[in-house]
Amino acid sequence: MNDLTDLTRLTIREAARHLRLGTFSAAELVTAHVERIERVDHKVKAFLRFTPEVWEKQAEEADRRLRQGDAPPLAGIPLAVKDVLCVRGVETTAGSKILRGFKPPYTGTAVDRLFDEGAVMIGVTNCDEFAMGSSTENSGYFPTHNPWDLTRVPGGSSGGSAAAVASGEAIVALGTDTGGSIRQPAALCGVVGMKPTYGRVSRYGLIAFASSLDQIGPFTRSVDDAALTLSLMAGRDPLDSTSADRAGLDVLNNYSGDVKGMRLGVPREYFEVKGIEPGVKAAIEAALFVLQRAGAELVDVSLPHTDYGLAAYYIIAPAECSSNLARFDGVRYGLSEVDAPNITEQYLRTRRKGFGTEVRRRVMLGTYALSTGYYDAYYLKAQKVRTLIKRDFDEAFKKCDAIVSATSPTVAFPIGSKTQDPLSMYLCDVLTLGGNLAGLPGISVPCGTSDGLPVGLQVLGPQWGENVMFRVARAYEELSGVRAEVADLD
Amino acid sequence: MTDTWEVVIGMEVHVQPRTRTKMFCGCAVGDVNDPPNSHVCEVCLGLPGTLPVINKAAVEACLKTALALNCEIPRHTKFDRKNYMYPDLPKGYQISQYDLPMSKNGHLEVDGRRVRIRRVHLEEDTGKLVHAGDKLHKARESYVDLNRAGVPLMEIVSEPDLRSADEARDYAMELRTLLRAIGASEADMEKGQLRAEPNISIRRAGSSELGVKTELKNINSFRALHRAILYEVDRQSQALESGGQVVQETRGWSDAEQRTFSQRSKEFAEDYRYFPEPDLPPLELDRAWIDEIKRALPELPSVRRARLLDQLPAGQVAVIGADRELADLYETAVAKGALPLPTANWIVNEVAPSGKLLDPQNLAELMKLLDAGSITRDQAREAYFEAVETGRTPAEIVAEHGHKQISDESELRVLAEAVIDANPKAAADYRAGRKQAMQALMADLRKRAPQANPKVANELLLKLLD
Repeated sequence: MNDLTDLTRLTIREAARHLRLGTFSAAELVTAHVERIERVDHKVKAFLRFTPEVWEKQAEEADRRLRQGDAPPLAGIPLAVKDVLCVRGVETTAGSKILRGFKPPYTGTAVDRLFDEGAVMIGVTNCDEFAMGSSTENSGYFPTHNPWDLTRVPGGSSGGSAAAVASGEAIVALGTDTGGSIRQPAALCGVVGMKPTYGRVSRYGLIAFASSLDQIGPFTRSVDDAALTLSLMAGRDPLDSTSADRAGLDVLNNYSGDVKGMRLGVPREYFEVKGIEPGVKAAIEAALFVLQRAGAELVDVSLPHTDYGLAAYYIIAPAECSSNLARFDGVRYGLSEVDAPNITEQYLRTRRKGFGTEVRRRVMLGTYALSTGYYDAYYLKAQKVRTLIKRDFDEAFKKCDAIVSATSPTVAFPIGSKTQDPLSMYLCDVLTLGGNLAGLPGISVPCGTSDGLPVGLQVLGPQWGENVMFRVARAYEELSGVRAEVADLD
Repeated sequence: MTDTWEVVIGMEVHVQPRTRTKMFCGCAVGDVNDPPNSHVCEVCLGLPGTLPVINKAAVEACLKTALALNCEIPRHTKFDRKNYMYPDLPKGYQISQYDLPMSKNGHLEVDGRRVRIRRVHLEEDTGKLVHAGDKLHKARESYVDLNRAGVPLMEIVSEPDLRSADEARDYAMELRTLLRAIGASEADMEKGQLRAEPNISIRRAGSSELGVKTELKNINSFRALHRAILYEVDRQSQALESGGQVVQETRGWSDAEQRTFSQRSKEFAEDYRYFPEPDLPPLELDRAWIDEIKRALPELPSVRRARLLDQLPAGQVAVIGADRELADLYETAVAKGALPLPTANWIVNEVAPSGKLLDPQNLAELMKLLDAGSITRDQAREAYFEAVETGRTPAEIVAEHGHKQISDESELRVLAEAVIDANPKAAADYRAGRKQAMQALMADLRKRAPQANPKVANELLLKLLD
């Protein structure tokens, strides 16, 4: 393992071993992270708020269980939670001013399961407002900075969670992925980020952006850690009718690094997308070579409807969001402009003041797309495209076991460089959103750098095929020796 | 008017199915009088991050209703979101069903006429607003009670097959009878468990085109339904006859003013932006389950009514056949030896108006005492209600009160003579041909001797006065 004097560079497995050996206690591990946060978070700004009242109790309980010898797998592991996941009594705002002061009276299922497994919540991480964005610049509070270059974005929307893991502020963080919001910031921050098959993890307690696309997943420093965390929060939840118990998740086995005979699909469209940087392409090609040399067979596959995916996504996601965000009306919780002369004006004023530009834009797009006379041309057509995209993947998976590509066409870009052009920002998701439209599991693992900035390799598995996806990602991690590292920031 | 205009009515009826909990969460379905917001949770409050879970009992009640209404049950059904913002709607959308309802294409027989049912679907109710001051836009303060938010509702939509206020009311009443008979709902209009919204238009007699319709809301009794339709038909025909036109709109019924008033015209109608509810996977209805529900359906009111008509006159059947409990009471009491017609009359005159039901065994016993002439009708009534109150048997009560009927002629003759002596004017009136004077004499006789057999006493008075 790494230098034991720095407790903020460990993986879950390493920390768990030492906690059981008594090298350090949960309280000491948490304190090390709090001190790290005090040193670096004013630069990175990964967190919106901290939760000492939660971590004190949880660390104490973890230490008690560790002493008793019946500690659950995550006992004492510092966890950061994206601001869209409800935690009882902890202010949860979806990165939006409209929810300022909102403290949910309940904890969502995924977080609750990790709490049951002993995780210690450090704080709430920054994100694009209602998870709408690819840079965390749409946060209603402040932008987060990329730990590897503070002038650049960490990606988004789960940029705070990615940056927290990359800067040694948490060992594991939760994010949500609607079009790439876990995988893309993981790539840009050089950590592992994983989006499960739609339905693998309960969405109960996740403040919805686009219900048919949203999934919760982990940010970690290793593929093993991602698999472990996923296994602890996955499974059918009676409170989420779209969740399911499915096989294909024996994550506690040790995956061997063996990819011999595996067929890896290389979708040509994903290597020809507009704006893909040569440095990114080169890093991915090098990664594919590593896998090929280890015995994997690279297979050409085609995802012919890729070009339409972005368009379909930007109809379906806004349509669902326009409905999901209707509840933020200033009547029951959060921001409320009560001095309005009537209820309609109260709605308008509250939402105008509470929502940022990008959220308003998507609510308008979605409202339009669902309106009488436009529904067939937009929403229905987009759903048909979605079916075609699913079919593309079905066809591709007949020829291969997993699909490999870049996670993001670019490395981290300078803060402010895309904020004036929403379309260029939307293009950040072009390689990831297909996985959401088709409901597939996907992971981004670090695969070197371009211009000194991290590049992520994306592995997509078939539906419920997390195992094969993890196997490929784990093999690459082992064969390449490329690890998720923690930025120095000193 | 009736010979120039034909009335065309289709009904939308919202019915609260009998369930313990709400449509999409575990909250209890409360009572009207429960304190505001005492049956709410994060789901029905629409808090961020919450998700709906379908209530199986509500689906079952809806399928039961649909099957009793002879509807087709499609293999696939789904829920949709109906989007609009209002403070009584916590999520900003109502979960309802749009293009794939739970059932469609059924029918209901009402007085021998077949009314086609277009669909029966499931949705959730909204909360309730209480305004301090005037309506929402003028009130100084408004309060939101979300006890009803998320309560299951079945929407039963008929085709425009009804042709008068009478038919519309009878249809709604028949629906209530059916819902109660199959146990799908208590269907109490006053408690808001059954809400009827007629869509009314008129057209020239003989025309096959539909006129412009108005939809009526806020109707809370069958009487109001009848009156509201009569008013609306009158209003529409006056408008057309005076060269005006009917505007397509939603109108409210004011019970206080006995008139309808405009609420919302079509130009301002919302675009509800329906789309499939992404939080609920489409439902695939298990055929075996549907067959099981179908098999378990009790005898439908129309079938029972046909059987009752073999034994009883139509008037009695209209009352008894409209209420499952009354019909059960009647049939069981008769099976236990009570005579059909007197028992039916007793139920129509004593049980139905009071709503107090005795168990069938005791009713049969009481009917036998009455039939044997051992007690008077007044005594029987007294014993009946005392038996309902105390749970004791009518025989015990009759014995304890020393109730018996005097039918002995010599005993009653003395009494009748005394009554005639005491009421010379009434006796003289009767003899002079004013037959109604007999009522005063009988009243006095029953006052002196409540246990007198009224039939025998009456005959004796007639004999003595002739």
